[in-house]
Amino acid sequence: MTQNATTRVGRGGILSSAVLLLLCAFWLLPTFGVLVSSFRAADDVRSTGWWSVFPHREWRLAETINPALDLDRSGVMEFAGARGTFEELRAGIMAPDGRRVIWVGNRRLGTVQVQERGWTSSNAFTLDNYESVLTGKQYEVTNAQGVKQTLRGDDLLAAFLNSLAVTLPAVLLPLVVGALAAYGFAWVRFPGRGLVFTIVVGLLVVPLQISLVPVLSDYVRLGLNGTYLAVWLAHAGFGLPLAIYLLYNYIAALPRELLEAATVDGASHLQIFRLIVLPICGPILASYAIFQFIWVWNDYLVALIFIGSQPKVQVLTMRLAEIVGSRGNDWHLLTAGAFISMVLPLAVFFGLQRYFVRGLTAGSIKS
Amino acid sequence: MSTYGRSSPSWLKLALTLASALLALLVLWQGFFFLRDTDLPRLLTAFIAILGFGAAMSVLYVATDVILQQLPLELSHRLQPLPFIVPGVVMVGYFVALPMVRTLAASLFNRDGTAFVGFANYIQVFTEPFMLETFRNNLLWLVFGAGLTVVFGLTIAALADRSRHEKIAKAIIFMPMAISLVGAGVIWKFIYAFKDPSEPQIGLLNAIVVAFGGEPQAWIQLIQPWNNLFLIVIVIWLQTGYAMVLFSAAIKSVPNDLLEAARIDGAGEIRIFFSIIIPYIRPTLIAVTATVVIFTLKIFDIVLVMTGGQFGTDVIATQFYNQYFVNRNAGLGSAIAIVLLAAVVPVIVYNLKNFNRNEPL
Repeated sequence: MTQNATTRVGRGGILSSAVLLLLCAFWLLPTFGVLVSSFRAADDVRSTGWWSVFPHREWRLAETINPALDLDRSGVMEFAGARGTFEELRAGIMAPDGRRVIWVGNRRLGTVQVQERGWTSSNAFTLDNYESVLTGKQYEVTNAQGVKQTLRGDDLLAAFLNSLAVTLPAVLLPLVVGALAAYGFAWVRFPGRGLVFTIVVGLLVVPLQISLVPVLSDYVRLGLNGTYLAVWLAHAGFGLPLAIYLLYNYIAALPRELLEAATVDGASHLQIFRLIVLPICGPILASYAIFQFIWVWNDYLVALIFIGSQPKVQVLTMRLAEIVGSRGNDWHLLTAGAFISMVLPLAVFFGLQRYFVRGLTAGSIKS
Repeated sequence: MSTYGRSSPSWLKLALTLASALLALLVLWQGFFFLRDTDLPRLLTAFIAILGFGAAMSVLYVATDVILQQLPLELSHRLQPLPFIVPGVVMVGYFVALPMVRTLAASLFNRDGTAFVGFANYIQVFTEPFMLETFRNNLLWLVFGAGLTVVFGLTIAALADRSRHEKIAKAIIFMPMAISLVGAGVIWKFIYAFKDPSEPQIGLLNAIVVAFGGEPQAWIQLIQPWNNLFLIVIVIWLQTGYAMVLFSAAIKSVPNDLLEAARIDGAGEIRIFFSIIIPYIRPTLIAVTATVVIFTLKIFDIVLVMTGGQFGTDVIATQFYNQYFVNRNAGLGSAIAIVLLAAVVPVIVYNLKNFNRNEPL
């Protein structure tokens, strides 16, 4: 019986491993494809799929035949052992030896190619895409018609720095204000505490869209629109309910004796907060900081509304969306641009995954 | 001045404290104008802001502490919550709570806020054909987007729990969470790309279709309303990791004895999953579903980047953007935002109920 059960779980194990492997492959494939593409030359990205970097069998030219000028092109012709009309040759005919005979060009002046199947892979990798998208300098590409064009790069490096300049204060501000408020709600007694805190928790899921319009009209009146300050304050305001909730859960769960001992010694709340609570809140502060970092870095809507059309302060997501919108056919730029926008959050994410997961788990409202 | 200092040293201290607190407030006040108008390099600006704000806050913090300790005990007790609560409550109040009222008010006015129109904007929201299409799309997003995210998250969490490579598998599924929706849009453009049938396809989906002898399709443009599903897939890909992480933590908390007992009684793994694990993690299931539903309701970036809301793919959030920022119709835009808020109200109520039950304040 035990024996039987073990085998059944074992078999199920193989099946579930296979399904899991399949799902992981499916999840990884889109990103992997773009990563590969970002290192391919512009023309390659535009003309063939990224998977052609892997060895695959393809028809390759073996020999070119110039049909005799006096050949009757309206009847059946024969080249390299393959017989057919012009239309059939245009579509390609298999010769008895396994090679393919195909008519290239028009009826009067075209040539005939004899192709054979062979292994090939296009693996000429380059860093050009990154270079042209990062810097603002000129670069050359050959377009689909074989014409060389000179284009200007997108200066994503500037956008990268903009993103950084937006993100850092937008993470620190709600962290400080949120930690103070969380301590206040958790340990300082005052009338209406429960009510105010309940309202803050209720505001956790209010859609951003509600706030955009009134805040924008105030910003316009104050001349704040298009400045970093505008975005810092907005992100801090929108991120605060989560900060307060997340930090509250942690701070409220601290042992009462720890804080009471300090009160007996005559410490004020502000001293307790600074000397006792803050130092042991490191992990949860890190969790929220990572959470807010990834949120602000990846944000598009808030930046779109409050930074708007100011190219000087535009962040990465906005520049990227703009390239998609205005030059959606510059596939090679999109690939590199996408990876430049991802590199920092991915690094933070993989480096500090433990904290990020803890923040998620603590932030979900469980009963 | 000096007499004060000699006769009562705490008065000098208090005066210095007050002066530095005022200075800190001045720094914050002037900092506002400086940061608004500065043309300094961006990172320097951010650096100055962090330093200035940090210094001003620290000074204010210490000053408040000193002042509070000088006050009579009764008053000091009454005032001590303020430094903790006020900054947070003011910010949340201004950025989240107050705007609800202001947007609600704006939704009752006409396009430039000059005339009261009552519920006319709401009537328009629920009768205009383009709005009805928008609601249909959001329903598709809810049913398929939120639904499949939960299903995939649960499936992968359960599978990974029994796998030897749990860590790496979970990291792979979780990774898209770190990618912006705009970046995800770019990534999936390479899946859905469409080229003329005479050329080689560079989009993976069309390449597969062609390899099996099919005709390439312009997936996200043509076959309406099913093109919405191709956008939904992107968001499922993005947020399944979130659901999986929380489900995985919940599944691990199911007691081993419970599973062992069921196995000894001869229950199959699938039966165990549905009859023991699912009921056990029900609270997490509900919480995750609520979070995913809210996220899906508010979806915006991916639609804007992939289609701009064309080809019948508009959702509430993009329609809000269109009406308010493109058509400049403040009344209708606000009404749409309020509809979005109304859609999440049940979740807010549920959160509060749960919260009060667990954390008696």
